[in-house]
Amino acid sequence: MAEILVVVEHAGGLVKKVTLELLTLARELGEPSAVVLGAPGTAAALTGRLGEYGAAKVYVAESDELDRFLVAPKATVLAGLVRQVDPAAVLLGATQEGKEIAGRLAVKLDNGLLADISGLAADGTATQVVFAGATVVTSRVTRGRPLATLRPNSITPVPAPAPVAPELAELAVTLAEPDRLATVVERVAEQRGARPELSEASVVVSGGRGVGSTESFALVEELADLLGGAVGASRAATDSGFYPHQFQVGQTGKTVSPQLYVALGISGAIQHRAGMQTSKVIVAVNKDAEAPIFELADFGVVGDLFTVVPQAAEEIRKRR
Amino acid sequence: MKIVVLVKQVPDSGAERRLREADHILDRESADNLINEMDDYAIEEALRLQEAHGGEVTVLTMGPQRAAESIRKALSMGPDAAVHVLDDALAGSCAVATSAVLAAALRKLSPDLVLCGAESTDGRVQAMPHMLAERLGTAALTGARKLTVDGSTLTVERQTDEGYELVTAQTPAVVSVWDTINEPRYPSFKGIMAAKKKPVSTLSLADLGIDPGEVGTAGATSAVLSHQQRPPRSAGQKVVDEGEGGRQLVEFLASEKFV
Repeated sequence: MAEILVVVEHAGGLVKKVTLELLTLARELGEPSAVVLGAPGTAAALTGRLGEYGAAKVYVAESDELDRFLVAPKATVLAGLVRQVDPAAVLLGATQEGKEIAGRLAVKLDNGLLADISGLAADGTATQVVFAGATVVTSRVTRGRPLATLRPNSITPVPAPAPVAPELAELAVTLAEPDRLATVVERVAEQRGARPELSEASVVVSGGRGVGSTESFALVEELADLLGGAVGASRAATDSGFYPHQFQVGQTGKTVSPQLYVALGISGAIQHRAGMQTSKVIVAVNKDAEAPIFELADFGVVGDLFTVVPQAAEEIRKRR
Repeated sequence: MKIVVLVKQVPDSGAERRLREADHILDRESADNLINEMDDYAIEEALRLQEAHGGEVTVLTMGPQRAAESIRKALSMGPDAAVHVLDDALAGSCAVATSAVLAAALRKLSPDLVLCGAESTDGRVQAMPHMLAERLGTAALTGARKLTVDGSTLTVERQTDEGYELVTAQTPAVVSVWDTINEPRYPSFKGIMAAKKKPVSTLSLADLGIDPGEVGTAGATSAVLSHQQRPPRSAGQKVVDEGEGGRQLVEFLASEKFV
């Protein structure tokens, strides 16, 4: 069967959800092989999970240099692997790093790039949702093999019918000088608490200008925690300093596609909609009955979020 | 320090954007075309570095004739000069080909630092800085929310999902910036007047030694097969809070099995 390479994203010894989506997709296209790139000792914790999702093979490239330098070494190792095994497709997550590695791979291999896809058919046709969710495009590469990044939360991850014990294949990490130009000096984690990551979360609760202050974002966080979701913010809220920029949802921030998106005090300007329009269910609370967010909300409450949200929170607690 | 800022003209992300029916290429004719918003921050960062360290700032744009408007607009913020890569054969270029063209132009300009926005609001591929670095054999420091320059050493705070990474490299390098890095200035009247006299040179594919068959629709490494407007989401139920709004909301969430 055709070999499909899936580049594994991982953090803290766990496989990221987007990788499980990719493996689920890859099983439709052929036989998935996972590629783990990281510091020595990275793969051991991941292979079990990768096998559960059908990775028949796990290529392991482990080196301190993959961790110490930004992106370029990973692209070099991957390009070598692609040349060696000639896979039918190469799939990555449309995350910051996934997009960057894919860009470098496209140049190295002189291969078309299908960016931020939401699906890929066996004949190589990709689906992309563009322009703030307004247009659906189908596309394919005309040079090389499908090299694609998948928008997180596009596919429901499903374990393989029977878990596989993946065959392990070690990859040599042979780098060139240009791979060692951007050195990661330090990685600093900023507070997110125990919440899921924004782009991966099944539930996202976002606050906008209407939340009014940093302190009031506690209300947004409370509802997010009750629903097991991530916290997001509109640009108006991050620009006003109510919430850190990395949580921004929209044209100039993250694109999210959760099962449930809760918009609190967000008017729903097109820039915001660009980042959340493909959410499955959208609910909104806004004082302004004319706010454009209500045009796409499956359920909207016209009212003051400072009374509606605490009441909702209390009701959720009661129902537990 | 010699800085080149990449500026892309894009259709207004705040208005409706379309692909052309016949060839699925971005419809620039019917759109309001603006400087890609994130590029304003790259221009601002370049000007601040120039103010602190001297040197020159050049704007580099690849785009059709009408991109000249955006080039003048960029110059009105303060850069010294601009280069417009202009060639009919470029229409419909994919990201891979675009990176080859921009890299060729950058080799001619040989800057110490290339600054650009972290992504464009139309394509949103977010790969160009690394594609260029790959071609030029330089470092790419991407997603910067802070950039410091100390001689030939560049250090950025690269924004990540978890927080940030401190990443460092020597010039020459490509640095892409987020909109958290600064607050772009508005062009002054003086700036707008001065921009009209600033040198804008044009480079064709022949000037860059690139075969027209390798770019544009003809040389694209990917192709759009079809496009259609997504059916607009229809508004669902809307209730006015009369004391029960929160409970009604939870009732809905429960009916959808979220609670």
